Amino acid sequence: MGHVNRPQLPDASGHFDIFGGRFVPEALIAALSQLETEFETAMGDPEFWSELDALRRDYSGRPTPLTEAPRFSALCGNAHVLLKREDLNHTGSHKINNVLGQALLTRRMGKTRIIAETGAGQHGVAAATAAALLGLECRVYMGKVDTDRQALNVARMQLLGAEVIAVESGSQTLKDAMNEAMRDWVATVDTTHYLIGTVAGPHPFPAMVREFQRVISTEIAEQVTGRYGRLPDVIAACVGGGSNAMGSFADFIDHPEVQLYGFEAGGEGVETGHHAAAIVGGSVGVLHGMRTNILQDADGQTLESHSISAGLDYPGVGPEHAWLAATGRAHYEAVTDAEAMEAFQVLTRTEGIMPAIESAHAVAGVMRLGRRLAESDPQARPLIVVCVSGRGDKDVDTAIAYFGLTGRPDASTGGLS
Amino acid sequence: MTAGSSPAAARAGISGQAISAANAEGRAALIGYLPVGYPSVAGSLDALVALCGTPEAPGVDLVEIGLPYSDPVMDGPVIQRAGTRALARGVHTRDVFAAVEAVRATGTPAVVMTYWNLVDRYGVDAFARDLARAGGAGLITPDLIPDEAAEWLAASDTYGLDRVFLVSPSSSDERLVSTTAACRGWVYATSVMGVTGTRSQAPSAAPRLVERLRALSPDLLVGVGLGVSGGDQAADVGRYADAVIVGSAFLKPMLAAEEAGDPGDLTGLRAVVADLAAGVRRA
Repeated sequence: MGHVNRPQLPDASGHFDIFGGRFVPEALIAALSQLETEFETAMGDPEFWSELDALRRDYSGRPTPLTEAPRFSALCGNAHVLLKREDLNHTGSHKINNVLGQALLTRRMGKTRIIAETGAGQHGVAAATAAALLGLECRVYMGKVDTDRQALNVARMQLLGAEVIAVESGSQTLKDAMNEAMRDWVATVDTTHYLIGTVAGPHPFPAMVREFQRVISTEIAEQVTGRYGRLPDVIAACVGGGSNAMGSFADFIDHPEVQLYGFEAGGEGVETGHHAAAIVGGSVGVLHGMRTNILQDADGQTLESHSISAGLDYPGVGPEHAWLAATGRAHYEAVTDAEAMEAFQVLTRTEGIMPAIESAHAVAGVMRLGRRLAESDPQARPLIVVCVSGRGDKDVDTAIAYFGLTGRPDASTGGLS
Repeated sequence: MTAGSSPAAARAGISGQAISAANAEGRAALIGYLPVGYPSVAGSLDALVALCGTPEAPGVDLVEIGLPYSDPVMDGPVIQRAGTRALARGVHTRDVFAAVEAVRATGTPAVVMTYWNLVDRYGVDAFARDLARAGGAGLITPDLIPDEAAEWLAASDTYGLDRVFLVSPSSSDERLVSTTAACRGWVYATSVMGVTGTRSQAPSAAPRLVERLRALSPDLLVGVGLGVSGGDQAADVGRYADAVIVGSAFLKPMLAAEEAGDPGDLTGLRAVVADLAAGVRRA
């Protein structure tokens, strides 16, 4: 199933043209090299794939459905929108795809402990789940700001047996959780694998996480081709670090007829400076072991990102996205908090599917894109697949606050018509 | 290579010659780290000058000036705390050049230690030019490996600056060879697997790492850092390393002075400088 198909990029030193690479302390190079070797061996090992495929099928619930969305499509110009249901994975998001692969690699390397960073908590929950499944010790680093706004996921990780560390340095969000995980790893690399949750960090993480998420695009291609006899016209996904987007794009990158759209978190608007759109509103720099697009000040100090979505609240982006943007192969736009929350509401009310606020950025982007495409060509009926990367249950507290719901059976309409 | 200098002198660069001068006295050199901008930009210049000692009380042989960064993955809690405060108080990249000039005025050479994005953002060539112009000896790059350093290798050659890369106990022989080959001045051997910060036990992986470096790269000076807290440890490390690198131990009395309400009080810092300077002299 396409497993032997070796991608051309990154190059042997981990670069996507000028992006990517390894900007890390020398102390981590041995571990990164070991991981790279183990990953490459595993990619060519049928036993590895058979174990991973079985877990995907019997544990995670893959393949995930491709759901028709007629009532939602009616709000997207003339577009025919299909939802790739990564929210239906075990643990509630696409994060499990990557975690299962890396947890199996951890065991192959003879390591007994994993550490992870998490923003919204989705990756932390997935990592804690895989650790429970494979009997690994697990510690999750999470910014203090995020542990406060995602208390439910903190409790889930603790119930799974993981130790959650609230990181109080810097801006106390995802980037600082990554710094702290990196410091832990430098000191514990003999026994510990750092299970990065997105297509970011030093080589081989961006390539490796893409390969573990590639299954999303492979399934989309099979499902759309099986149903409609052709490939989709547009693939859309939200982009924080960019793992669900990279997974959704991967098999289509070499099909130029398929347009790729990534939607970044525009926060209060890119023009306000309060956003997390590293491609749309950032510049090229080095952060977390990679050269990529980042939010930085004139000196190169990292700027704090802002997004209503904890999972997108990150001042960088995976280097392959920076490369896809620079080459023009993929298009990136920003979606504001307000647009995302509207889309969160719209999809819930039109299809009975409550997306994660992260995913709601892609949903909002598709509404905008569908309408724009209809204006430019009223005859076209573009087939758009949007990745619903996670489910919105974890975001109910945020929604209660945002919409002014009371959570009581009163006359409150929560700002809804 | 400057006219008339030997290949060994060229390899030792500017900062390596300061280490060699200490070694010629039959002792290891002492390298002291403090960040610019803590407790304030002006206050940090006073502290950096205090590191250099006085004619009566010897100080460090080489100053390592840190430039604080928002995401310092190699820094332990003590250096992070000072760096975070320095950034909040408005330290900028350009301030590091003033710090270099202040140290140079004492006659002690200075190198800068910082994370790569700050140099990248300033412009690698421009940073090298301004560092050389301020009288700096070179740059320590904790998150830049030679594999990614083409631009810095060129700029440091252009401006005659030392380039100090890090090696670790986990580095393969192959990487020790390639990394030391890219160094000029000396190589920074991280003694333990971990971030900066003082440790009560003497670093155990360091002697073996230095032994491997001596075998693989016999003509390059070796500085050992991460975890040295006092004169006795400095004496221990000084028995096998060419230079002993100390950072957090200098910052602790400064942070304590601020807690006590007098951030400008350098008494505690001077006491640590004296203890460590004596330590390397009794190795």
